[in-house]
Amino acid sequence: MAEDKPWALISEVSEQGFIEEITDIIKQHFHIICLRDFLQNPQQHGPKIQAILMWNTYPAAEPSLLSSLPSLKVVANGGVGIDHLDVPYITSLGVKVANTPGVVSDATADMAMGLLLASARKIVEGHQIAVDPKTTSIPQSLMGVEVTGSTLGIIGLGHIGYKIAQRSKGFDMKILYHNRHRRSVEDEQSVGASYCENMDDLLRESDFVVLVVNLSPETKGLISHRELSLMKPTATLINVSRGLVVDQDALVKALRSGEIRAAALDVTHPEPLPRDHPLLSLPNVLITPHVGTYTYATTRRMVQCMVDNAVAAVNGLPVPNEVKLK
Amino acid sequence: MEEEKPWALISEVGGPHGYLEELADIVKQHFQIVCYKDFLQNPVLYGSKIQALLNWKYCPAAKPWLLKLLPCLKVVASGGVGIDHLDVPFINSLGAKVANTPGVVSDATADLAMGLLLASARNILEGHQIATDPKTVHIPQNLMGVEVTRATLGIIGMGEIGYKIAQRSKGFEMKVMYHKRTRRSTKDEQAVGASYCENLDDLLRCSDFVMIAVNLTSETSGLIGHRELSLMKPTATLINISRGLIVNQDALLEALQSGTIRAAALDVTHPEPLPRDHPLLELPNVLITPHIGISTITTARGMVKKMVENALAGVKGLPVPNEVHPH
Repeated sequence: MAEDKPWALISEVSEQGFIEEITDIIKQHFHIICLRDFLQNPQQHGPKIQAILMWNTYPAAEPSLLSSLPSLKVVANGGVGIDHLDVPYITSLGVKVANTPGVVSDATADMAMGLLLASARKIVEGHQIAVDPKTTSIPQSLMGVEVTGSTLGIIGLGHIGYKIAQRSKGFDMKILYHNRHRRSVEDEQSVGASYCENMDDLLRESDFVVLVVNLSPETKGLISHRELSLMKPTATLINVSRGLVVDQDALVKALRSGEIRAAALDVTHPEPLPRDHPLLSLPNVLITPHVGTYTYATTRRMVQCMVDNAVAAVNGLPVPNEVKLK
Repeated sequence: MEEEKPWALISEVGGPHGYLEELADIVKQHFQIVCYKDFLQNPVLYGSKIQALLNWKYCPAAKPWLLKLLPCLKVVASGGVGIDHLDVPFINSLGAKVANTPGVVSDATADLAMGLLLASARNILEGHQIATDPKTVHIPQNLMGVEVTRATLGIIGMGEIGYKIAQRSKGFEMKVMYHKRTRRSTKDEQAVGASYCENLDDLLRCSDFVMIAVNLTSETSGLIGHRELSLMKPTATLINISRGLIVNQDALLEALQSGTIRAAALDVTHPEPLPRDHPLLELPNVLITPHIGISTITTARGMVKKMVENALAGVKGLPVPNEVHPH
């Protein structure tokens, strides 16, 4: 039966690619070939490959690669964001695109709350002081801002945004949200969220603003000078969507001038930032290297979902999480 | 009117270890204040006037030699809920009451507890260090964290703070178990979906996150030692927001070094701060914050107001709202 398994192209098995334990899931259904090996002999390997399993945007779905994969049926992405994929182009080649929504939501919402709390309560700064060889006594003034009872403004109340709202409820936070489409009254009431048709109102009133939107032409640069100037000087910006949703130069300026209190970013543009980027040295910025889904449990679920999508496509069956053109 | 205000002894105003100006102002509305340094210049003069000692972050320490210099002392008003640093029977024997500030500290402490849990589980500290390191080229895989959603949270101590932690964990669909001297009501348990563990060992065995939320007493000192740590899962995280002495630090060190538990997140240690060569400071799987459980301006204001309220009542001979009685 081993010979019957279809072939899938991946970037690599290693630090930057799939970790060893996770490849078991893939190998149950596919023979895998790494990009490096593929490139040794694309003419020989190309015709066998029916699926690309994409992780951390690799291997990149460039035209040059796709044109050497005549049997390709699917580009199955691990993760929900697909802003790095030219969906119209890929589908024009008769290839399906799939992502992994749903399975990423809990871990990403947990991360958003972790960033919010770590920033508000100066956990990283606290640790640095606590372990610093020069620390002789506990400082009185490592004052943070109160989370309980504060106002959380969620920009993008999709699957992940909604889970953030559910988590913030336990902290008695007042929840405002802005979304392209208003959610049902039932949904709103269940988390106690109030709709802000005008995003400006959300920005003005929030103590914590969290960005949970897809990256699209409409959301690119959504938060820039004007938006940051509307925010409270005591407010914190949290980004778990995509770096490009925020105008980074505007953010640097706002953080330097005290226009907003702080920022906590799991995403930047690019990733990682150039080592001399001003964001890296601002005291009021917390940055994590895009680890929103980075738990063993969630990673396994993502890979399983990605594999399920790819298996369906290869077998000509409906793909559970197909990304269709609007 | 100035002369009519009673006198209070405080640590100091300003500087890295003193009251913030705005907090000192709250005290000054009702008291004439003497800073510890000034008191020591002329203890006899000030000593005869001081009726209240306001104890903030353990300072000034209510040691017997100091208390003996305060013959008119009516009240020691401590900021915070823990009173393990105060010898209540001794202070009472001098004719002074002791008061703390329960309630007002609970939200901020519960928030920090959740912050430490999430920061440890998701390697936020390490992530930030890597993200900002000049040498970083790519992201290592060992930043894999552990899942918080639907994990099991074991709360040791389910008083006001422990309960608020349970409330916060609910939104993460965590399964909550708790151990406490006296069981809480069914209604309380059901409201947060918490299961009672009569046996602490069961809680330790089953939890992914063990949260210490008890007072320090003779029963809880060293509560978590070698044996308790060995019962925990190797994937489990210990979080302490109570007092350092509740955990046997040598045992903790060993457990962290050997992988007996995954990680620890501590807002409290013994002593505070730890000696600069203490091995806990160097472990990659330890997150330590410098006792900042109540460190928000909102909560600090609330605490100082309560301290002042307690102190005024003590000075006026009225019932002290948050009087601490010896057990």
